[in-house]
Amino acid sequence: MSGLITMDDLSNEEILSILDDAERLLPVAKGETYLPLLQGKILGNLFFEPSTRTRMSFETAMKRLGGDVVNLGDVKTSSVVKGETLFDTIQMVDGYTDIIAMRHPRQGAAQYAQDAARVPILNGGDGAGHHPTQTMLDLFTIRQAHGTLEGLKVVLAGDLRYGRTVHSLSHALIRFGCELVFASPSLLKMPAEIVADLTNHGAKVVETEALLDSLDDADVVYMTRIQKERFADEDEYAKVAGAYKLHASNLDGAKENMIIMHPLPRVDEIHPSVDATRHARYFEQAFNGVVARMALLCRLLNIEVPANIPGGEA
Amino acid sequence: MSQEHNMRRVTAIRNGTVIDHIPAGQAMRVLEMLGINKRTSVPVSMVMNVPSKKMGTKDIIKVEDRELTQDELNRLALVAPDAHVAIIRAYSVAEKMTIELGEEVTNVVQCTFTNCITTNLREPLPHRLKVVSREPLELRCHYCGRPQDLEELVHNLL
Repeated sequence: MSGLITMDDLSNEEILSILDDAERLLPVAKGETYLPLLQGKILGNLFFEPSTRTRMSFETAMKRLGGDVVNLGDVKTSSVVKGETLFDTIQMVDGYTDIIAMRHPRQGAAQYAQDAARVPILNGGDGAGHHPTQTMLDLFTIRQAHGTLEGLKVVLAGDLRYGRTVHSLSHALIRFGCELVFASPSLLKMPAEIVADLTNHGAKVVETEALLDSLDDADVVYMTRIQKERFADEDEYAKVAGAYKLHASNLDGAKENMIIMHPLPRVDEIHPSVDATRHARYFEQAFNGVVARMALLCRLLNIEVPANIPGGEA
Repeated sequence: MSQEHNMRRVTAIRNGTVIDHIPAGQAMRVLEMLGINKRTSVPVSMVMNVPSKKMGTKDIIKVEDRELTQDELNRLALVAPDAHVAIIRAYSVAEKMTIELGEEVTNVVQCTFTNCITTNLREPLPHRLKVVSREPLELRCHYCGRPQDLEELVHNLL
């Protein structure tokens, strides 16, 4: 395995084994144990478009494992504004680092970078394309809550059209036999080619506009933000967005172990009243970005995560 | 109308390349894909929409004094995958060639997705489209993974 560009780069066995590594690395991610597995290694953070969680969690993951990070910095002040090609930027950073984490506004940029680089590339989002490290932390969060990824009923809600997070996650979940419910306004439906792709792979997929009717038998509810700018006028937005807001009072009929996830940032789609319920998992999910990325960094750098880590689960 | 009659619509060539069984109406596109244009100095003849037993109607192109290479001909896989190609030397067929569609179409056309990284033509890596299905022809960009609209694709010749 060279880099991680899409979830297709990982077999189900590899996914589960990386999640196992992540599980054992939890005390390291929390700072309870120091384990400098990546000492002497340098991560190049190449974020050509804004990112808070992904960039910071890559940086934290690297540093918790004793490694170091160099940053491209603000694109506006980098050589990119002078017209440097991605190919040239990669040639340079490839020489400085052992592994690269990258986000780019253009789709296909991560694969392009991997073809241009000698070091592994971790795709941190390419346009509306893929975001596999987010998928790995999402899978980690789901498995942490349910003990398995197999056969769960997962509701994905909100903006399913433009959200690369939900696209990557859907593809990964059906590989574990999950049943998917896509709840979105018609304007923001999951693209037809993705639905076709999923059902061609034998997935059970239900599409609906009624989020609240789908909650009771769900194991996971994955919320996403509906962006105002997708709508022609504010009234239409307000009308639609209102139907995709979760309040604690909507959760009375939910299964006890149902979890609510969100890639964050949230705006109004999850009311703060939900935060205190046993279902809320979005902040743990954001933290899990560190541990999942730690496990991925180790795997791509061919560094074995020890079977026993002090403070960790054997 | 016979095959012979078709061939007589334009004179036999002494040396060069004959491309037969081009789908009717695609000859202009074939010329474009081969880079044959007003700057080309060798004689080129073309017949369009002539009867064909196999295809109903077809186009034929004859390029004199130029033997097209296999690489050049393979570019035609997108518009004339079943074309028959003959290299002519001293008025006879010296060699028959077929157009081969490999696993990938490299540096022939550019991905049709407007937000693909390869739309920046200054990026130096090759334009690569993977052949995911031959019947019907289905191509996906190696980089962005988007399926390609074949109608749109032929306007994206490199």
